[in-house]
Amino acid sequence: MSSVNSAHSVVAPGATSKRIAATIVIAYALITMVPLVWIVMTSFKSPPDSISYPPKVVFQPTLEGYCNLFTTRTRQTSDYIASLGAPTSTCDEITRSRNMVIAGPSNYWPRFQNSLVIAFGSTFLAVSLGTFAAYGFSRFKVPLAEDLLFFILSTRMMPPIAVAIPIYLMYRELGLSDTALGMILLYTAVNVSLAVWLLKGFIDEIPREYEEAAMIDGYTRMQAFFKVVLPQATTGIAATAIFCLIFAWNEYAFAVLLTSGAAQTAPPFIPTIIGEGGQDWPAVAAGTTIFVVPILVFTVLLRKQLLRGITFGAVRK
Amino acid sequence: MAEIRIENLRKEFGSFSAVEDSSFVVRDGEFLALLGPSGCGKTTTLRMIAGLELPTSGKIFLAGEDVTFNRARERDIAFVFQLFALYPHMSVRRNIGFPLLAQGVAKTEIRSRVEETARLLQIDHILDRSVSGLAGGDRQRVALGRAIVRRPKCFLMDEPLGTLDAEFRDLMVRELRELHNRIHATTVYVTHDQMEAMAMADKIAVMNHGVIEQFGTPQEIYNRPATMYVADFIGSPPMNFLRFTSGLRKGTRSVSLDGVDIPVPEIQQDLAQGELALGVRPEDIRFSDASSLRGCVYASEYHGTNQIVAVEMAKGLVKARVPADQNFRIGETVGLELNYEKLSVFDCESGRAVASSRYAEHHHG
Repeated sequence: MSSVNSAHSVVAPGATSKRIAATIVIAYALITMVPLVWIVMTSFKSPPDSISYPPKVVFQPTLEGYCNLFTTRTRQTSDYIASLGAPTSTCDEITRSRNMVIAGPSNYWPRFQNSLVIAFGSTFLAVSLGTFAAYGFSRFKVPLAEDLLFFILSTRMMPPIAVAIPIYLMYRELGLSDTALGMILLYTAVNVSLAVWLLKGFIDEIPREYEEAAMIDGYTRMQAFFKVVLPQATTGIAATAIFCLIFAWNEYAFAVLLTSGAAQTAPPFIPTIIGEGGQDWPAVAAGTTIFVVPILVFTVLLRKQLLRGITFGAVRK
Repeated sequence: MAEIRIENLRKEFGSFSAVEDSSFVVRDGEFLALLGPSGCGKTTTLRMIAGLELPTSGKIFLAGEDVTFNRARERDIAFVFQLFALYPHMSVRRNIGFPLLAQGVAKTEIRSRVEETARLLQIDHILDRSVSGLAGGDRQRVALGRAIVRRPKCFLMDEPLGTLDAEFRDLMVRELRELHNRIHATTVYVTHDQMEAMAMADKIAVMNHGVIEQFGTPQEIYNRPATMYVADFIGSPPMNFLRFTSGLRKGTRSVSLDGVDIPVPEIQQDLAQGELALGVRPEDIRFSDASSLRGCVYASEYHGTNQIVAVEMAKGLVKARVPADQNFRIGETVGLELNYEKLSVFDCESGRAVASSRYAEHHHG
């Protein structure tokens, strides 16, 4: 069986080439991980440690960055702090040691929730629309299909931010500024072209005999699509979803321009932390670290599909 | 089970005519093989019967009902695909039961019918396996199981043995025919392999360029090919053609080939002067020193029970199937004697067989 599958590779790589390849991959992985490790380390440093020079690699870890990220604090006299009862939490204790008390929660968690809703919402919409559109393009004779596909692709030919001003004006007119719905629609519009193109490739590779068999077996085309095509497109759908999610999750420019309050996402919010109470790098680093987690989890969960997905076309089953 | 009736069926893809004006009937319980090279329109014909393609014109009747424009799921037919199209995300059991699920059959009944079908095909031991790990023959049986579990009006099969190894193929040819003998389902079987068609079918339709060249039993197709195309397509090696120019008169009993008179079955039509071909099967040639039809041995292929000897003649290469124990030297001159009772005469221009006593005596309609 394996000899059939490996029709593309001429010979299996030798031990030496494998070792060289592994060395390069590991070196590359280490280099790309340096900024991530730096950020995670900084998030556990105290503010003085975070700006010390030369940078400290060994330091006393503290949760101060995370406490500052999730709270707003006010400076108080030590007499007032002494007059309070015992600290109710670790954060309370850390804050008091800096001569401050916790005034309330910060905006980080609501902004993070906005990011979740907008990124996952737009990914779901873009992938759903993309799957149906891709199936249509793949299976039916769509008039002017080539032109339509090119048109869909052409929406990616300039950076989305090039249309920022018209979109800003449109959104103001339509009342979509600073709304989650507005951001979901915007990210969906940007991502749907990517989704259609990626998914068309995947669906083209699913033999149409499967749904023909299902239709002969007594199912409607819609049932055949859901019962037979969709389960086999999961790899492609997962890969596409990750691409869409990463874009929507990380998007900064539109978020800065179109959201400022209720619908603000985490990327434009994180830099604003720095202004509260001096240069609070640990809080910024903590915000960034937490921000990375959902994509990390999603990618790790779907890594198998992703790996097969991004090598699509290269591997024949 | 039901009769399939095709009337003047045509299919065009743009300007390309895939199927031209085909009409035939598959009787209830009959096994028809649609035989032809790739691109001849056999699969398109099958897909129109299935409802996967709509015809440009013509009609399709299933059990007397006009289903020409019915959807596939409304036709109550089963289709076995070339690559089986087993749903890879389902087990063998779910694959076979999938058509019953569509009909809303109760779970317990699905279970018992799937198991009954699996026993019939001797795959009951792999019911809970995933289909992706199955060997070719088992995949084939699962695909058949999915087709027969529903007891449809008819079976349509699109080169279902095309991807199997040669040894498996022989086995499956036997199994398919045995299955057909047991359940007597009207079957249309598309293949490009004449051996499969000959071995399994009750009737064969030989197709070429969208046209049915001949429709008949395997014996008719082999012994009385209606066209030079059929004569050439069927048989291994195919029929030899000895070309000559002549006219024909009704009642003629011999033709002249390079001045050698060769007796033929009595010709039953008049034909103006033109290019003709004498068709002779390799097994209808004997070597005989007395014969004045002479040639030079060019090559010989040993096949165990017999041998195929190629003889270079003035008319070109002729292949003869002769007993294995005859010895020939390459380059040796030999005389050829033709079994004149089994000769066919073709009109090269139209490609059609000339009417003769041999064709008339068995020809129905």
